[in-house]
Amino acid sequence: MSGRLLKVRRLGVVGFAEALELQQRLVVSRQQDHIVDELLLLEHPPVITLGVSSKRDNVLASPGVLADRGIEVHETRRGGDVTFHGPGQLVGYPIMSLKPDRCDLHRYVRDLEEVVVRTAASFDVRSTRIAGFTGVWVGTEKLAAIGVRLSRWVTSHGFAFNVTTRLDDFSLIRPCGLRGYGVTSLEQLAATKVSVQAVADVLTDHFASVFDRELVLERYED
Amino acid sequence: MATNVLMPQLGESIVEGTIVRWNKQVGEVVNRDEPLFEVSTDKVDAEIPAPIGGVLIDVRVKVGETVPVNSVVAVLGASGDDLAEPMSDTGTMVESSAATRPSGDQQKQPRKIGLSPVVRKLAREKGIDPDQIVGTGTGGRVTKEDILSHVAAEVDNAPPLPPGARSEPLSAMRRGIAEHMSSSLRTSAHAHTVFDVDFEVVERLRTEHKPKLTYLSFIARAVVDALGEVPIVNAALRNNGTEVVYQPEVNVGIAVALDDAEGLIVPVIKDAATQKVSDLSQSIADLAKRAREKKLKPDEVQRGTFTITNPGAFGSIFGLPIIHQPQAAILCVGTIERRPAVNTDSGEIEARLKSYLTLGFDHRLIDGAIADRFMVQVKANLENFDPEVL
Repeated sequence: MSGRLLKVRRLGVVGFAEALELQQRLVVSRQQDHIVDELLLLEHPPVITLGVSSKRDNVLASPGVLADRGIEVHETRRGGDVTFHGPGQLVGYPIMSLKPDRCDLHRYVRDLEEVVVRTAASFDVRSTRIAGFTGVWVGTEKLAAIGVRLSRWVTSHGFAFNVTTRLDDFSLIRPCGLRGYGVTSLEQLAATKVSVQAVADVLTDHFASVFDRELVLERYED
Repeated sequence: MATNVLMPQLGESIVEGTIVRWNKQVGEVVNRDEPLFEVSTDKVDAEIPAPIGGVLIDVRVKVGETVPVNSVVAVLGASGDDLAEPMSDTGTMVESSAATRPSGDQQKQPRKIGLSPVVRKLAREKGIDPDQIVGTGTGGRVTKEDILSHVAAEVDNAPPLPPGARSEPLSAMRRGIAEHMSSSLRTSAHAHTVFDVDFEVVERLRTEHKPKLTYLSFIARAVVDALGEVPIVNAALRNNGTEVVYQPEVNVGIAVALDDAEGLIVPVIKDAATQKVSDLSQSIADLAKRAREKKLKPDEVQRGTFTITNPGAFGSIFGLPIIHQPQAAILCVGTIERRPAVNTDSGEIEARLKSYLTLGFDHRLIDGAIADRFMVQVKANLENFDPEVL
């Protein structure tokens, strides 16, 4: 069966607050069926974000250090703990209605993981899930973080996939509140050179296939 | 009429949810479909709309509390005679709130009101006798919610900690191991076979060699050769056990216990088939050391195709190991010690260096005869160890 439509928007670098506002608008439009499902692909300037259940002490750096480095801290209403976004990280925000046939949160999260696993595999990088620890892992290092918000079965927030992210910046936080786990990036693991653009191209196809959606591409919209 | 608002089931495998926000306070009016509360589960936060319009009469679950799916989280007083509906958009279930059960001798009478098939099935699944439950449905009928709240009550009734006891959450590693072990037992049809192996030849070779080699490196080499002979033991099942993958390389994982009962980790020797015993001895020592120091690289704990565990080092005679998923088998090495054994040529009893080796195998993929063929090979490789591969 050919899938429903999915509009993909490649937005380039977008401020966290601005992207949040855009998501909120799209969620309402999607709930009212004014738009089709959308996938926003973008990068954020350096920012630390907290989920609903985040503990502040998982931000390890002092406010002074963060200010010096020009890193903002944002509270959000997604699930999950603290995370870091920055250049080189491919952020995906699907605004999709899971109705009528995908009303299962676990399935949705597992599907997002699957998209990243397949994308990494396209670059000959083997990644896995770890039961009980949402996200995509290579060994005990996290390649992609996931945090989702759902509102009347319309999704927002999504995944953050480290492509060429500067991994040093993760030392400012305890990612996802987990001790003893590290972060990694596709660049660290792939034998060939990778870029956010190239990964976004490949990921778009895997996304459409995993979610059974038909692509409507719209590139570099403002 | 009051209506219970239940913790919605947001996915098939989701069993509980944590309330992270109430958008309304007791006494406030909420419209149907207006967000009433937010639930957090497994990295997902969901906004739950009110199933009906009305006044929020009672909030039963506070922010930060986690309750099983279908627990009552709030009570709404309907503004009109809004009838309960089975399922709203997000799956918020509503049911009429507990009417007082008819009292008196009626309660002692045999139940005359039949159970709905759904309730009967649920009771059977949960192992509950519906007759033991006071029903809150029409005329004392036991409803789905009655069964579920009965189950929830049983969970909540975990006895309090005895005086002096201490409780703490499991570490991430411990939880990872817990999940992996129980899911492996749920996944594979575990079966075990035990072989008695003579180590006299190995002992001679290993003590003559400089530097001395470890037993484990001989066992690893014997296993690698046997895996070449019986490749299905090196295979893996996938797609819910509907497909078998024969793996080109033999990567042997060695289970390493970490200090302070912290857990265990399984570093993997890649391409073990190409390594001599002396190489294996070195690889194992190096990986085990770095595992204990937590200095393994991610790639060094991945892509194992077979695992060896060695509780013999702690004195165990033999174990019944759990398979490291998605592998098909695991070898457990018992303690190596001198035991009385009959010399079949002379009929005399001799003290021989012996060990029990146990193969744990997934009977979905491997039958006993195949497992034993593999173990016969391992035994033969060890008892007639080829000095050429040292």
